[in-house]
Amino acid sequence: MAAATSGVEIARQHLIDPEICIRCNTCEETCPVDAITHDSTNYVVDFERCGSSRCMACIGPCPTGAIDSWRQVDKAQPYTLDDQFSWDILPTQAEFAQADAAEIPTDVAEITAEASSGQGGPAAPPWSAAHPYLNLYSIAKPAVATVMGNHRLTAAEAASDTHHIILDFGNTAFPVLEGQTIGVLPPGLDERGKPHHVRLFSIASPRDGERPHYNNLALTVKRVTEDHQGRPVQGVASNYLCNLQKGEQVQVVGPYGASYLMPNHPNSNIIMICTGTGAAPMRAMTERRRRRRGQKEGGDLMLFFGARSPAELPYFGPLMKLPKDFIDINFAFSRMPDRPKQYVQDLIMARGSDVARLLRDENTYIYICGLKGMETGVNEAFHEVCGQHQMDWEQLLPALRKQGRYHVETY
Amino acid sequence: MSINYSEKIPNNVDLASDRTLQRALERWQPEFINWWGDMGPEGSNSFDVYLRTAISVDPKGWAHFDYVRMPDYRWGIFLNPAEAERKVNFGAHKGEAAWQEVPGEYRSNLRRLIVTQGDTEPASVEQQRYLGLTCPSLYDLRNLFQVNVEEGRHLWAMVYLLHRYFGRDGREEGDALLERRSGDPDNPRILGAFNEKTPDWLSFYMFTYFTDRDGKFQLCALAESGFDPLARTCRFMLTEEAHHMFVGESGVGRVIQRTCEVMRQNKVEDPEQVRALGVIDLPTIQRYLNFHFSVTMDLFGADVSSNAATFYTTGLKGRYEETKLGDDHLLNSNTYPVLQVQGEKLVTVYEPELNALNERLRDDYIKDSIGGVERWNKIIDKQGIPFRLTVPHKAFNRRIGPLSESRINPLGEVVSDSEWQARQDEWLPSAADRAYVASLMGRVTTPGQFANWVAPPPRGINNQPVDFEYVRFN
Repeated sequence: MAAATSGVEIARQHLIDPEICIRCNTCEETCPVDAITHDSTNYVVDFERCGSSRCMACIGPCPTGAIDSWRQVDKAQPYTLDDQFSWDILPTQAEFAQADAAEIPTDVAEITAEASSGQGGPAAPPWSAAHPYLNLYSIAKPAVATVMGNHRLTAAEAASDTHHIILDFGNTAFPVLEGQTIGVLPPGLDERGKPHHVRLFSIASPRDGERPHYNNLALTVKRVTEDHQGRPVQGVASNYLCNLQKGEQVQVVGPYGASYLMPNHPNSNIIMICTGTGAAPMRAMTERRRRRRGQKEGGDLMLFFGARSPAELPYFGPLMKLPKDFIDINFAFSRMPDRPKQYVQDLIMARGSDVARLLRDENTYIYICGLKGMETGVNEAFHEVCGQHQMDWEQLLPALRKQGRYHVETY
Repeated sequence: MSINYSEKIPNNVDLASDRTLQRALERWQPEFINWWGDMGPEGSNSFDVYLRTAISVDPKGWAHFDYVRMPDYRWGIFLNPAEAERKVNFGAHKGEAAWQEVPGEYRSNLRRLIVTQGDTEPASVEQQRYLGLTCPSLYDLRNLFQVNVEEGRHLWAMVYLLHRYFGRDGREEGDALLERRSGDPDNPRILGAFNEKTPDWLSFYMFTYFTDRDGKFQLCALAESGFDPLARTCRFMLTEEAHHMFVGESGVGRVIQRTCEVMRQNKVEDPEQVRALGVIDLPTIQRYLNFHFSVTMDLFGADVSSNAATFYTTGLKGRYEETKLGDDHLLNSNTYPVLQVQGEKLVTVYEPELNALNERLRDDYIKDSIGGVERWNKIIDKQGIPFRLTVPHKAFNRRIGPLSESRINPLGEVVSDSEWQARQDEWLPSAADRAYVASLMGRVTTPGQFANWVAPPPRGINNQPVDFEYVRFN
């Protein structure tokens, strides 16, 4: 296959891992479009035939998992059958040059600047972050995703209506990393007769998909029914997304975000502080680490998560099931009838000595996501903790920012 | 005892409205559960095992993963979807519509084919029943149990055919399948290889690689049958057989991987030094391979067989990939090469192809099994170790057919009885080899940990991590 060139149209090619495949013929037997064939050495997949169907019928029956292999390729030059027959091992993923960064839409640039202002402008990513793809799909040429699932996360009695929405990109490559955002283009026109502005949403699933090795991702979307001041307003994109039915199609742009990315090196600790749907990037990072526990690639995970009550807290149930030695979870509830109000900053101070231990470790990375109002309180809490443990937050913070260890995304 | 048919026995044979079949299964099912309790995996009834259960025949339905206690496993009855207008594709009835009921004149031969196939399924469960006590990891333990429950389901599949199509005879044969015991001198299983012991995990991996692959070829041949229910049953069983061969191929591969890693790290090649490091030396792996390969050769039956000719001519059992072959599918005038010992030498003679169908299936099998051995050699090559595994000659160590009357070494040379006696420990696992391998068998049940003699797999099951808790002990 030719080396990567810029401006290529990227596609996901279905392949079979020759090191794991046992040549049992189950996939060839199962394939409804005869895309799979074999010679005396390898089983191989025809790019065109498989791509036009992408039914996944072969995935479940494969006894080895070899069938569940994918590579991003130049759509004009996929691996041929002869290429695949000659393989002993799967080729490594080719690098593709990204589109010109100048194409990032003005809307997106403005929202991003505002959201990351809490960290003092654009920050460097962690040194061990994976290289992100940026802006592969523009407003003029969006990707089309299909809704594979849409369900309410918050309890029936909760006032807020937060949804977990799974978007599948089918045959369209849409590579993402934890912490990145995508843009959604709501259909229709606004009251001035213009197309709606793009709305950004953090990805709530890890880079290999909401379901591992599937080309899908998850979003955490709260239905907006009032503005920050409590005045009734119908959020265009959030209501559009929350009302989507399985099978409907959505126009998506992006991905965006080259800074709010997770560290991947051994012993790297992550402190996550979030409220409400700010949980999305935290869920993505946590799930990434959970799936790779066997690789022992990360250090400690510490989560501070604020909501009005457990019923309002997205992913409360799944979070409760995570092992204590995997993640240190601290919930703050501000509207519990029989208890005083508690906010994430209260818990950061309550856990001061553990927080201080992590702050001293140069492998610790901090991520904040949620409502704008939380920034000040969190900042004060860190100030307080540092004061009690012979550290100076005012000196530490600029260093953290410079080293790509302090990331804020608020709205 | 009553059974909620659609829930407890997932099926696509309309069991809920077939009263005769229900009555037969109501009697047989408790016997099966008793047999599972007596002869199934030792001490495992309370374990929650992360198993794949087939709940329907479409691709999404037959790979349903969840924790299951094995006695509660839903042994279903599945036939591949019917092929419209299917014909008998070979033999004297070629071109007639495939039979949906048993043709009277072929009744006893068909029953015999089904019973012989069915007998291997519980036999292998019996052979493997103590392996769980020495599992090298939770991952492997889960794979063993998956193999076991699927062999159990294959027994159900065969018993379904016996009950549904063979009346009282079929019910009696169904009972007898639960009464014979692997290795029991008074009431053994029908085929020799299924009375051998599976004493250790290297044997288990070799068994699932070589002997379950015989299952694949027998099922492929039966999946061509003119008796449509048998063909469709076997076609679906093949999807599960693939997992068993995966356990074998990846299992032996992981043993080789670990041995080679240890040899390279410690810069040792001598088998004794390799053993001192607690892994299985490559010559011992070769001897296990020779044993399991040769025992499996016998499962294909006599080299020249009039029974095989009859099964073919009457449309009951075809050749491997029969419908993909380009000949007349009658085979009246073709010949096929078969080996004979003449004097001190193996020579090739040509027999009518109809009589040599066992030999032909054996040759198809050999081609298929060599592929995996070559993949094992790639693992050895990657570690830069100058050693190659090979399959022995197909006439080596035979116990069935005319070749069993001579002593033939792995290279296919006829040797004297005294030379055989003197050198058989070079070719087949000796008592000392088996004792050494047995000495390595401990029990590892911490998620993500593996016995020293076997490498972890590159991937977990169903995309779960390798250190997933595949079995929960309760």
